[in-house]
Amino acid sequence: METLRPILAEHPFFRDLEERHLDLIVGCASNVRFNSGDFIFRHGEEANEFYLIREGMVALEMFVTGRGPVTVQTMGEGEVLGWSWLVPPHRWMFDAHATEMTRAIALDGKCLRNKSEQDHDLGYQLLKRFATVVQENLDAARLQILNIYEVQA
Amino acid sequence: MKSKPEEMTSVAPPGLMTPVFCRVLKTQQETRDTFTIELEPPAPAQAPLFAPGQFNMLYVFGVGEVPISVSGDPRRPQSLVHTVREVGAVTRAMRALKRGDELGVRGPFGSSWPVEEAEGRDVVIVAGGIGLAPLRPAIYSILAHRQKYGRVVLMYGTRTPEDILFRKEVERWRARLDLSVHVTVDRAMAVWRGSVGVVTTIIPRAGFDPHNTLAMVCGPEAMMRFTILELQNRGVGLDRIYVSTERNMKCAIGFCGHCQLGPTFVCKDGPIFRYDNIQRFFEIREI
Amino acid sequence: MAGQLHEQEYILERNHLQKLFDVLSRSGHRIIGPTVHDGAIVYDDLNSVDNLPAGWTDVQEGGTYRLKRRDDEALFGYNVGPYSWKNFLFPPRTRLWQADRNAGTAQITDEPPEAQKMAFIGVRSCELHAIAVQDRVFIQPKFVNISYQSRREKAFIVAVNCGQAGGTCFCVSMNTGPKATKGYDLALTEIIENGRHYFVVEAGSEAGKTVIEQVPNTPAGAAQRSAAEAVVATAAGQMGRQMDTTGIKDLLYRNYRNPRWEEVASRCLTCANCTMVCPTCFCSTVEDVTNLKGDHAERWQRWDSCFTMDLSYIHGGSVRSSAKARYRQWMTHKLATWIDQFGTSGCVGCGRCITWCPVAIDLTEEVRAIRESEELPTESKEGHHGDT
Repeated sequence: METLRPILAEHPFFRDLEERHLDLIVGCASNVRFNSGDFIFRHGEEANEFYLIREGMVALEMFVTGRGPVTVQTMGEGEVLGWSWLVPPHRWMFDAHATEMTRAIALDGKCLRNKSEQDHDLGYQLLKRFATVVQENLDAARLQILNIYEVQA
Repeated sequence: MKSKPEEMTSVAPPGLMTPVFCRVLKTQQETRDTFTIELEPPAPAQAPLFAPGQFNMLYVFGVGEVPISVSGDPRRPQSLVHTVREVGAVTRAMRALKRGDELGVRGPFGSSWPVEEAEGRDVVIVAGGIGLAPLRPAIYSILAHRQKYGRVVLMYGTRTPEDILFRKEVERWRARLDLSVHVTVDRAMAVWRGSVGVVTTIIPRAGFDPHNTLAMVCGPEAMMRFTILELQNRGVGLDRIYVSTERNMKCAIGFCGHCQLGPTFVCKDGPIFRYDNIQRFFEIREI
Repeated sequence: MAGQLHEQEYILERNHLQKLFDVLSRSGHRIIGPTVHDGAIVYDDLNSVDNLPAGWTDVQEGGTYRLKRRDDEALFGYNVGPYSWKNFLFPPRTRLWQADRNAGTAQITDEPPEAQKMAFIGVRSCELHAIAVQDRVFIQPKFVNISYQSRREKAFIVAVNCGQAGGTCFCVSMNTGPKATKGYDLALTEIIENGRHYFVVEAGSEAGKTVIEQVPNTPAGAAQRSAAEAVVATAAGQMGRQMDTTGIKDLLYRNYRNPRWEEVASRCLTCANCTMVCPTCFCSTVEDVTNLKGDHAERWQRWDSCFTMDLSYIHGGSVRSSAKARYRQWMTHKLATWIDQFGTSGCVGCGRCITWCPVAIDLTEEVRAIRESEELPTESKEGHHGDT
């Protein structure tokens, strides 16, 4: 969609992308909106999209039997949700639950995968950006595991 | 090298190791393992009783003495407030004290948060767990002279929503238009609608100018380490980051040798340090 | 405090030494000096000159200390033993205060400062420096240790110049001897020659001058002065150990991650002997005790050591739990961080830590090893040894 192009260009994730690559990506983009309480995706479902959050908050949850749904991370404006579309077998590990009214740009993963196979430069640009996202999330997750606020007996 | 507290009259009589007994005015449970205890200050009680970031040695008769940061408002001389985490025999005994009981006090000791030096700059306060308690007096001081500072940001991380300290007060701060408050927890049940994630994830996105910011960080040592790195990544100089350190203390006056961190005595050169002054030692394991 | 007055020197005959003791007793001093006990020369209360270790010397090496008979009757012909003057200026256990509680109200009584004057007999130059080092620890602009200060102010110091060096001595390296140059009231150099046994005495303060002038004495002539100088020169030439202190602070600051610490830790028992015998170690801890009824409480101060796990304990664990971290703390504090804290080295080269270490760890050797490790060719230093 033409109107999405400036929004994509401004988003931190796509900064400094070449015009021709932006053109390719716009073709796979759409505007989406979730109401508070909506599930964006669920554990086990096929992962076909990722989302650039423009507004709102999304909680990544896992339902733990006997405990209930546990939130492991929340994401808000400017953050990128989802990378299972990149890696086979393309299945979501967690539930993504909008905890507020959330607006995002949804990008069609299958569409981008096909275009990346044909244009490896595009593929490299996308993977470079995703590597940073994954690294930041991995560091944060590891710090959470440390459980530093606990007092050792 | 350190922030100088204003000159105070020491509350102790001739013996520097001798506590003054103060009456308990009030105790209050804050979270599962943390409580606040308010004492009638020793006479003469005039503001300021302490500088933000300083600590007292609190003595429970016959049980023992521990260093606890003062967590109240330095401009209020009516009570001396400490927030304590129950971790051992002395703090457990302190929890059992009631209004009218006595608690021994020696102090105040140590260096303080650079509240004056931060004037004219943006202020970033990063608190982890009980680290919010020693920072609270600095927050009070800053809010009392709000117009002297630029943007003021508080980032507070803790284990779960049930561990959020001073929750109602934090919510009041969050409601202010001249204060940016971000609270996050390491994990939560889904009924929690706030942020879940380690406190450093807030740093890249918070609104402050890294080149004109003074940061004050307090929390578990591991948390301070990764916070400093994240602030540095954002562009805050190590000479603009202040941390509050903790070590075993017995005398609090630089004689017993227990609190040494490299060449510094945490009780009198600290506990608050400008980070670049201790960086080379802080990074060495088991120093 | 005692100073240094380069005026006349006196001759005190050995037989008149008792009169010196008598003058000090009469003026209310508790006389403390060397005596033989349990196979060592220790510092204890002396009743008379007869308690001195006449004719004894000590033989010291890494991990060993033995007494040996001399072939003369020198009173001060030994070096240093396991005790130091900190045993009296900063005693191993002292009460700080007592408190009683009635009907929920507590009353505290501070321990009164030490009233008794002490006279220390036979203080070596290294020990004078050690006392000066502890002065800088306990008497500071902001906080003063009153208990230490009151004992210190009342101490009358009779120093003795060493006539021989011990197997583990290195005062020359540390610039702390063998000649006593300041910090004493009187300094004695013992001379035994041609059937004569006497002391060349220097007064280092007005108090010292007053005391020596109450005892039979004659002015020292040039021959006797040079005899005294020769005695000290002999000692200076016999040092058992040597330490290069060039840039030692930065050397140790650079080497916190040196693999040598692991090596030392494999030998160190963390027994804390070194800290107990060291004349400058000052770590202490506080014991809060109570009676069974819970209405009487006391606070005691006692010696502690950085080799204990307790010293660095904070909620849940010790900051320095490995032996490596604790040995490194002791040595870098003594030789490096002490300089930043107090303006001087913490080491006076007395060698006690080497003698009394059960496994003969020698800090002069450790410093040498670290220095040498920096001179190794680069290939040997590849990779990260020890912790990162």
